[in-house]
Amino acid sequence: MFSLRFFKEVFIPPYEFGEIKKHMEELGIKTMPIVSVTGIIIGLVLAMQSQPVLARFGAESFLPTMVSLSVIRELGPVLTALIFAGRVSSGIGAELGSMRVTEQIDAMEVSAINPYKYLVVSRILACTLILPILTLYVNLLALIGAYFAILLSDGMNWQLYIDSVFKSLEFADLIPGILKTFFFGFIVGSVGSYKGYNTTSGTVGVGRASTSAVVLSSLLILLVDMILVKVTVWLWT
Amino acid sequence: MDVVVEVENVSKAFDSNVVLEDLSLKIEEGENVTIFGRSGTGKSVLLKCIVGLLEPDIGDIKFYGHSVLNKPINELNEMRKEIGFLFQSAALYDSMTVRENLEFPLRRIFNFSDEEINQKVVTVLEQVGLEKAIDEMPASLSGGMKKRIGLARTIITKPKLILYDEPTTGLDPITTKEISLLITTLQKELKTTSIVVTHDILCARIVSDRAVVLKDGKLRFEGEIENLLKSDDIFLRNFFSDQIIEENRSNNG
Ligand SMILES: Nc1ncnc2c1ncn2[C@@H]1O[C@H](COP(=O)(O)OP(=O)(O)OP(=O)(O)O)[C@@H](O)[C@H]1O
Ligand SMILES: [Mg+2]
Repeated sequence: MFSLRFFKEVFIPPYEFGEIKKHMEELGIKTMPIVSVTGIIIGLVLAMQSQPVLARFGAESFLPTMVSLSVIRELGPVLTALIFAGRVSSGIGAELGSMRVTEQIDAMEVSAINPYKYLVVSRILACTLILPILTLYVNLLALIGAYFAILLSDGMNWQLYIDSVFKSLEFADLIPGILKTFFFGFIVGSVGSYKGYNTTSGTVGVGRASTSAVVLSSLLILLVDMILVKVTVWLWT
Repeated sequence: MDVVVEVENVSKAFDSNVVLEDLSLKIEEGENVTIFGRSGTGKSVLLKCIVGLLEPDIGDIKFYGHSVLNKPINELNEMRKEIGFLFQSAALYDSMTVRENLEFPLRRIFNFSDEEINQKVVTVLEQVGLEKAIDEMPASLSGGMKKRIGLARTIITKPKLILYDEPTTGLDPITTKEISLLITTLQKELKTTSIVVTHDILCARIVSDRAVVLKDGKLRFEGEIENLLKSDDIFLRNFFSDQIIEENRSNNG
């Protein structure tokens, strides 16, 4: 219900472009350090992990292909979304929660301002739009991370690495991976807002809203991911 | 005289906690009414019912003859433009400066030019005596200052009806007097109708013509403040005992 209201109100002016931009910048800056580290590490670990396994089958030359496919189709989007959920959904839950318990949301309502639109719609939109960008960035860093792992073990040169990554990648690999991050961003924004907006029982409630926002949005991300993977496989075959 | 607010047989309970019980009240245009009552009797709840933040379980509330209940949101918002509400907690927007707090309703709801908005902000801040705080964040203000900024934000839209929830609680006696005088000035200048919830008889005497006392969700007294102090009702005598003693002392001396 809460999310449906989003679709009803998102198309009605005034559009909160200023607010959306402000939130996107804030979210981007807030999550940049942690997702950067994650990106590099996913790539490094995945390459180091897979190398001996592939070597056992004499298929080491598939390493760049394997790493890039796993990162772009699955690991990049899902891990970025989970970290984003931990960082952002809790923040939105706490922020809106404290606005609720200190009567700031009521104050907006009595000044004839639509707090749902001003506070919630702008946050959901910002999350939905920023997560795909963050994911692309994480994917890129992960590929760089993987290259370092490969470089350290067999000194493959960058050009060769990039060639073999792009040769194996098709557009059809990139699109579903990025498309699903719109869903994930929407989940993070709306679960955080929902929990915060409906906070009750004072400051205790704010803490509860923020934790339960992380738990619920992470679970939903995994669940929706499973469904979307199923749907993509079904569409492609 | 038009009746601005009419509360008709309103009852409100939270689960088993009955807060308002069959309460009726009429407030006419230009009238200034104070509401007294012990902590937890539902004074704030009553004000929130009047602006439609809470819904009574039974009964009706009318603003200029139109029921506040079950109104579509755009009609409710039209009504709310005419009403100012000072929250007991001031409810300033944490993430905005004092200036942005004051500008917020003006920019979003009304179509004023930047110059007009700036003029209005400066004027109300002068009225509450806090011109210097214009670029502060709410977190860096004292409790009394927050209250005064809250008051400034309430009056900046020049509403017809203003509901003040404890405008002077937590302020020193001098500021209390200043704020009370400010409220009366507004009443005269803008011809506002006001409902003031307070524990402070000094403030009530300055701002209001009529007093209402709530007890256990019901009206215990309704009438002029001077009669309130002369009443022989035990509850009222206890409630206002300090003031009554004071009164006698000054009469005798
Ligand atoms: N949102 C709410 N949910 C549940 N109970 C509430 C809610 N708001 C108020 N109450 C209850 O209603 C009763 C009256 O509260 P209210 O805030 O109106 O008191 P008050 O008369 O304004 O007191 P005070 O002088 O301390 O401000 C209290 O018992 C309170 O617990
Ligand atoms: Mg109260």
